[in-house]
Amino acid sequence: MNLTLRVWRQKGPKEKGHFETYQVQDVTPEMSFFEALDKVNEELITAGREPIAFDHDCREGICGTCSLTINGQPHGPDEAATGCQLHLRAFKSGDTITIEPFRARAFPVIKDLVIDRSALDRVMTAGGFVSVNTGSAAEANSILVPKDKSDAAMDAAACIGCGACVAACPNASAMLFVSAKVSHFALLPQGKPERDRRVLAMQKQMDLEGFGNCSNESECEAVCPKEIKVCNIARMNREFLRAIFWSKE
Amino acid sequence: MKLDAKIPAGSVSQKWDKYRFDLKLVNPANKRKFDVLIVGSGLAGASAAATLAELGYNVKVFCLQDSPRRAHSIAAQGGINAAKNYPNDGDSVWRLFYDTVKGGDYRAREANVYRLAQVSNSIIDQCVAQGVPFAREYGGALDNRSFGGAQVSRTFYARGQTGQQLLLGAYSSLMRQVNKKQVQIFPRREMAELVVIDGVARGIVVRNLITGQFESYAGHAVLLATGGYGNTFYLSTNANSCNVSAAWRAYKKGAGFANPCFTQIHPTCIPQSGEHQAKLTLMSESLRNDGRVWVPKKKGDTRSPDQIPDSERDYYLERQYPTFGNLVPRDVASRAAKRMIDEGRGVGKTGLSVYLDFADAVKRQGKAKIVEKYGNLFDMYHHLTAEDPYRVPMRIYPAVHYAMGGLWVDYNLMTTIPGLFCLGEANFSDHGANRLGASALMQGLGDGYFIIPYTLGGYLASTKLPKAGTDHQAFAEAQRLAHERVKRLLSSKGKRTPVSFHKELGKLLWSNCGMSRNEKGLKEALAKIPAIREEFWNNLVVSGSGNDFNQTLERASRVGDYLEFAELLVRDALERKESCGGHFREESQTPDNEAKRDDANFSHAAVWEHAGEGKDPIRNQEPLTFTDVVPSQRSYA
Repeated sequence: MNLTLRVWRQKGPKEKGHFETYQVQDVTPEMSFFEALDKVNEELITAGREPIAFDHDCREGICGTCSLTINGQPHGPDEAATGCQLHLRAFKSGDTITIEPFRARAFPVIKDLVIDRSALDRVMTAGGFVSVNTGSAAEANSILVPKDKSDAAMDAAACIGCGACVAACPNASAMLFVSAKVSHFALLPQGKPERDRRVLAMQKQMDLEGFGNCSNESECEAVCPKEIKVCNIARMNREFLRAIFWSKE
Repeated sequence: MKLDAKIPAGSVSQKWDKYRFDLKLVNPANKRKFDVLIVGSGLAGASAAATLAELGYNVKVFCLQDSPRRAHSIAAQGGINAAKNYPNDGDSVWRLFYDTVKGGDYRAREANVYRLAQVSNSIIDQCVAQGVPFAREYGGALDNRSFGGAQVSRTFYARGQTGQQLLLGAYSSLMRQVNKKQVQIFPRREMAELVVIDGVARGIVVRNLITGQFESYAGHAVLLATGGYGNTFYLSTNANSCNVSAAWRAYKKGAGFANPCFTQIHPTCIPQSGEHQAKLTLMSESLRNDGRVWVPKKKGDTRSPDQIPDSERDYYLERQYPTFGNLVPRDVASRAAKRMIDEGRGVGKTGLSVYLDFADAVKRQGKAKIVEKYGNLFDMYHHLTAEDPYRVPMRIYPAVHYAMGGLWVDYNLMTTIPGLFCLGEANFSDHGANRLGASALMQGLGDGYFIIPYTLGGYLASTKLPKAGTDHQAFAEAQRLAHERVKRLLSSKGKRTPVSFHKELGKLLWSNCGMSRNEKGLKEALAKIPAIREEFWNNLVVSGSGNDFNQTLERASRVGDYLEFAELLVRDALERKESCGGHFREESQTPDNEAKRDDANFSHAAVWEHAGEGKDPIRNQEPLTFTDVVPSQRSYA
């Protein structure tokens, strides 16, 4: 099959970006979308031109590195999948596909399709942990966790930190990402002692980074490759209210 | 090269306790005076960084990803072993130790393996305390499952995302220390040179992958936790950015490289679909708990799997290895698959795969239970192949997965360069010639949480280190070398891309030094690699500049290193004339085609020493002695 790619090119953070068009010839439906991009890049390099910079690493949907908006959808048209899991069988020969970076004020472009998501790390640094030093842990089975709670915590913990939720939100809000982490800990006994300070610190940092607020669009849930649910946002809101009314922090 | 493994005296079960007491301690108030540089932020690097920072050391962490949370440990699926014996099925520290030494085909150090088994239980405690959401029983206690090479259930897991959850646990502890300003993270940095002053590792030069600039960092110790070299083969289950470069630079500065030919070929990966493929995807070994591996009994049987009745299927693992069945170790399962395919009984369009069938498990346990255990793995398979494994058997084929070889380290995890330590997959120590499933996570975290915090303290407390800042001449020299390398890569105005060379090398290695190796093929590879390398330096094209974000340049630099390292890998495979674990020499096999060791001549770690550019490397030996697990021909029948 043959495809036309409209790709966002931007030399650096302060440069103005633009779309460029590339033809991809003779690709097959079994190929992954990124392998089609690889093909374009190999041709560009051979021609001595600069290839399209894009982030990718594990190519199996778990590292959260890839950050492409494909035809207007973060990670593209496949449900519950990252961009690297998308295959050309999702398209028809002759299609034109538009590729942009995840766009958000808090995610400045580094080059072409590569963005800076260190804001998410800073939110985690603010409180996304249980304060336990190596060596001080109790025997593992001394902490019993009901299976349903543990499963729900795992549902939230499955977040890969890609930032698609931010890119999909009209407000560029990071509420789904932050609430997934808050929920993961709030559901487990290990996270309880610090629940108040955690939610307050993480939300404060989230605001400082320039992420927007949640206005219940649920676009985040729709694009999340790990199917993280918006009920986590509701849980975070409860945690937050609880903390501001009753916390001594 | 002097190889002193520094294994403490005493019985194997007493060594570590006694040694910890004997190690000198760093006064708590003095710890903040020590700077520790850690390269790599996977399980080993992140756990070491968090723990050392908790102790009070100043820690700097460098990773080439945009966030430490994305290191390739994140992709580990199945689980982590520990000798908790929660299922009461006969497990113990001793059994985990025994299984690991045997599984590694008696090519690991007993003392290290025993220590690993000892700390395994503390790892689970630590991870649970961090909030890692391991799978649980209805009573709230932790659940276990079985993995290859063991007859007990000792594997803890978080669905099919155990590596992700353990890494996020270590990462969260790491970020807590960033919050406390005990750790500084330097993302998108790749180590370009190790700085050695007066024979001691004192710093690194890294390339800032965004600006292209080289930066110097000085410290009192350098820890490499940079993962394995599986990507030398081009197609592997490793992430694209995994590479051998940091370890290779250390080798060239004098660190011994041990057993590079010990490469694990994992039996259950999604088969390659064509030439375009950039990497292979693993399907967790845990699937072999419930999946049954089979091929048609008849050669060239092209019927769809549902048309082949049970009586015409060969469940060859169950037939050949009735005791372990589908749960034989990885090397055994991979070779068995290769034999079936070589016999012409492979399945799928290319004939290069075997079935992994869940029909019986779904019937017996119900689909809901299978979804719960393996849901994300089945989804992943579905995404990649557009086939539904709940209805159609999965098709799998072996692929390069893990490096048992790596930088040689002593009992302290220190390389042959004083002050340079190596942790996790990057070192060679604990898995011998074959790693058992769910033991990589155990080793990475064991090294980081529970071993290096002690042994690094012992080193720092007993070593006099003169002041050496980045103004030292050695840093300028290292920067010069790094600059020159980039200049050389960019100045080649040839026609071929770095990836094309990488592919060519990978194909050669896979065919001549892959699942099965022989003298002729290895010698052929040894002759061809220098030729590819020469063309690389003369006919390479790298577009863009060295002064900004340039992924082609990054790749070119890594491929340059693979082309040197591959030669060492093949040389090691040629010199080791026995078969053991993942290293199968056709000249050395039992009548049943199993790996036949030669303990009289090869019961040692081969430790390679760089003798200078253009010179043949020197093969040194660390003899292995077994006092507690007596080597025998491995049998899983």
